Amino acid sequence: MLNLETADAPHKLRRVAIEPLTRVEGHGKVTILLDDDNRVHQVRLHIVEFRGFEAFIEGRPYWEIPVTVQRLCGICPVSHHLAAAKAMDVAAGYGPLTPTAEKLRRLLHYGQIVQSHALHFFHLASPDLLLGFESDVARRNIVGVAAAFPDLAKRGVLTRKFGQEVIRHIVGKRIHGTGAIPGGMNKALHVDERDALRRDIDEIVVWARESVGLVERLHQTHPDFYNRFGESRANMMGLVDARGALDFYHGSLRARDPDGGTVFDQIDYATYPQVLREEVKPWSYMKFPHIQALGAEKGWYRVGPLARVQICDFLSTPQAEEERRKFVALGGGKPLHGALLYHWARMIEMLHAAELARQLLDDADIVGTELMADKGPSHGEGIGVIEAPRGTLFHHYRVGEDDLVTYCNLIVSTTNNNQAMNESIRAVAARFLTGREVTEGLLNHIEVAIRAYDPCLSCATHALGQMPLEVDLVDAGGALLSRARKGG
Amino acid sequence: MRLVVFGWGNEARGDDGLGPLVLARIAAAGWSGVTTVEDYQLQIEHALDIDGADCALFVDAGKDTPAPFSFRAVAPRRDMTHTTHALAPEAVLDVYAQVKGRAPPPAFALCLRGERFELGEGLSREGAQRLEAAWAFVQELMATRSVEAWERAARAPLPPLRGKVSREA
Repeated sequence: MLNLETADAPHKLRRVAIEPLTRVEGHGKVTILLDDDNRVHQVRLHIVEFRGFEAFIEGRPYWEIPVTVQRLCGICPVSHHLAAAKAMDVAAGYGPLTPTAEKLRRLLHYGQIVQSHALHFFHLASPDLLLGFESDVARRNIVGVAAAFPDLAKRGVLTRKFGQEVIRHIVGKRIHGTGAIPGGMNKALHVDERDALRRDIDEIVVWARESVGLVERLHQTHPDFYNRFGESRANMMGLVDARGALDFYHGSLRARDPDGGTVFDQIDYATYPQVLREEVKPWSYMKFPHIQALGAEKGWYRVGPLARVQICDFLSTPQAEEERRKFVALGGGKPLHGALLYHWARMIEMLHAAELARQLLDDADIVGTELMADKGPSHGEGIGVIEAPRGTLFHHYRVGEDDLVTYCNLIVSTTNNNQAMNESIRAVAARFLTGREVTEGLLNHIEVAIRAYDPCLSCATHALGQMPLEVDLVDAGGALLSRARKGG
Repeated sequence: MRLVVFGWGNEARGDDGLGPLVLARIAAAGWSGVTTVEDYQLQIEHALDIDGADCALFVDAGKDTPAPFSFRAVAPRRDMTHTTHALAPEAVLDVYAQVKGRAPPPAFALCLRGERFELGEGLSREGAQRLEAAWAFVQELMATRSVEAWERAARAPLPPLRGKVSREA
């Protein structure tokens, strides 16, 4: 880990702030402290968000929560919806879900992963992968690869649209739907709806496979850059099933260390308070979770696609597993830790989710009508965990005898990745900023590292023209030397 | 004129719900040839919703934008941000151009200034007043529904279509 979290004498250093001025809630900022020779002494990513979640939820009836939490994030409402439903299944005392209910929830989740990953690839990853280089030679190679994929934009949008259609058919609406409820599902999937999705899924699988191929070919143009950019050696955590396969919807926790060794395995996620700790740091609103047994210094971890495809033993679908094997082979038996490799892993996951969705669309249970589990006595407490597109998502609730929520704790993917993102940005700053003049091009590298993680910043709040980046250069005395503004 | 209207935001975050609230009134008005699309965020797939429309109207809340609202024409522009969490109308129009291989139809943005955006808040007093002002403006727009009239309204410092509507809520 680079020791760039806290400088020895910050009052003597120059301050560079990269600040997306979004709204009062949910904006991020990067501050870099430089000395007079432009050497980096301190780098911090501040994410000002997630305040007020608990107050928003506590006091509401438990059955309302899976719908209410969709208001927390306009980007991945389905993730919160499903994690809350899983938690409330337990809290309300429901038995195992019916096969149809579990498969509908899984299909909903896979649809969301496809649409989220497609959006990320089209909107964030491909511009960086295709254009994010300063070298003319590299650019020529990249442009050559890109020319082989002229329909990239169209495919990105249509793949995204497919995922949205999966969600719409299962929850009944484009937004504000009520698909999952404590104990099961609220709506069956009609045969016509299933058939409409089935018509498109083969093409989506093909496009997903070709997207993996595009990232792979781009990587081949400049492998060292892709492997090393934003590299930070991290523990990795995610859900796996009993066989060790990645499971996006349900499983047990597994963590590996930076060299691939097992930290823990097959941990019941309901015991997360005994396994993980959330540390508070004075300079950030967002907590820093870590693996308790390793301590705060060494126990921070990475979640999301790059972690998931490397902690699991295999992916259960053939094409995605073939691609995963090629990917992990790059490391020669050791895990990969470069930030840009998130994009490759993300496309492997999109392929996996598309294949899983196809399996479910071919499964007769998916149009079944047995949607609700049997209910037993309430337990009063429930924990639900899923692998959201950006990583592991924890929902933890306690419910009083009056059926109202009395306690809520959420650990979202971005919080789980807090330290890992900071470390990637420090690696980028140390490599690209030290000893050079601070230019917009160099600062863009910081943005590239942030984009690789695609952290949740705005959480369902945004406004027209409110995503500019502002760069302030401030001297040791606090005086503003210059300001650069981009976007917005 | 076939019109598609996008209204986005989160009604659980105070004035962030101004876009969906205006959209709900447009939908309830039942004007012919008008399609409404609500979402939490503007995203790339909304480019597909523009297809077949003669004009697009984007309605959202804004922070530090003119009060009670602004109305302007928007054109395609590539949007490079650090997150997938927000797309501008210009970026959606750019996606349309990329995907369809042709220019999008004329488009306009109506941005209502908001004051409070915290989770669990209702509309602010100012937000509620601006909603009424914007709604009056939308009704005037719809009464003279043509791209030319809307372009004139967007260019005017105090658009004549606003009539009696005050700019200061």
